[in-house]
Amino acid sequence: MKTSLLQYILHLADNSFIHGHRLSEWCGHGPELEVDMALSNIALDNIGAARSFYQYAAELEGNGKTEDSYPYLRDVRAFRNVLLLELPKGNFAETIARSFFFDAYQQLFYKALMNSSDKQLAAIAEKSLKEITYHLRFSSEWVIRLGDGTVESKQKMQEAILKYWDYTGELFSASEIELDMQNNKIAPDIASLKPSWEKIVSDTLEEATLSYPLRADGAWFQSGGKKGLHTEHLGFILTEVQYLQKSYPGCEW
Amino acid sequence: MKSTEDILTILENVCDPEVPVLTIQDLGIVRDVRVISEKEVEVIITPTYSGCPAMNTISMNIKFELLAHGFEQVIVTEILSPAWTTDWMRESGKQKLKAYGITPPQYNTVANPRESEAVIPCPVCNSTHTTLLSQFGSTACKALYKCKDCLEPFDYFKCH
Repeated sequence: MKTSLLQYILHLADNSFIHGHRLSEWCGHGPELEVDMALSNIALDNIGAARSFYQYAAELEGNGKTEDSYPYLRDVRAFRNVLLLELPKGNFAETIARSFFFDAYQQLFYKALMNSSDKQLAAIAEKSLKEITYHLRFSSEWVIRLGDGTVESKQKMQEAILKYWDYTGELFSASEIELDMQNNKIAPDIASLKPSWEKIVSDTLEEATLSYPLRADGAWFQSGGKKGLHTEHLGFILTEVQYLQKSYPGCEW
Repeated sequence: MKSTEDILTILENVCDPEVPVLTIQDLGIVRDVRVISEKEVEVIITPTYSGCPAMNTISMNIKFELLAHGFEQVIVTEILSPAWTTDWMRESGKQKLKAYGITPPQYNTVANPRESEAVIPCPVCNSTHTTLLSQFGSTACKALYKCKDCLEPFDYFKCH
């Protein structure tokens, strides 16, 4: 039970951490100053949430672990984030598409996690939900602005929606750890969040005059991140993130 | 032995490092104080936003302030629930914010949760003829607006 809980917390932490890191890559490169600040703010909120989860994991595991042990000292196969979040940040429309899918999911997920029997997870969810509301407003407004914009912005936004669609199924497909946590009333039933998520996505795409990706029932989706089976991209993120700790172990500044 | 009230009075000297006109009590982030002994005290605080980089500095400043007042052991504990809200800000703090050039939160989040419909006045000329530039300002807690009358760009401390 304790091992499962620890793995579950790390899965949530890794999602926020990897998403926050990818967004932080826009810092200084945003298409305009306000967007640059917005993406950096959202990156910071995600990394803040990741810290809360990592701190809780460290407290639970003991053994001299700290919040830094998990992002800096684990290898690729130990990470449990979903694949969607580790893909390269791509162009602005691609970052917006990925963020929109994840923000819509996170809002529903945190609302449900607030009812967790685990008090600390419920507290982190309550805190993060307020922030996610801003994130979803930002990403969905940009989906609409780009979709209902110029011929070029519409095309880029539509391509981005299609490009990441195959990665959205993993959000709702529970791993063994998640099912175990769900049975213990710690985790919500994520599969049950999918209809509400589809509603948010289809309403937004409609307003953006974009097409909703039509898929047959039971269509295949990319997955693996929740089991530690990642794309090659995660390795590159960790090479950058962990450079200092690998070159100068235990370094502090 | 010092009382809880004594500690709260001492903490009036600790300011927010990002918005130094506000004390941490104006912001409402001090949630509780526990005097353990003559030399030992615990202060319970809550962050404004999860990633707020000011929290470490605030913790450190609380420690310095209480150590300077004779305590030897100061524990600063961070809690997340109940989640911080601008509803906990003091009225006097809001007035200090405005004088500093930042429009304070305009609504109570419980009574009026639909901030997107709120009118945000300019802190300089009080005009309500303003426009949102970005939901995300120079820090997580602020949004960026512009006054269409006096043309001043300004920060708004958003309801949260």
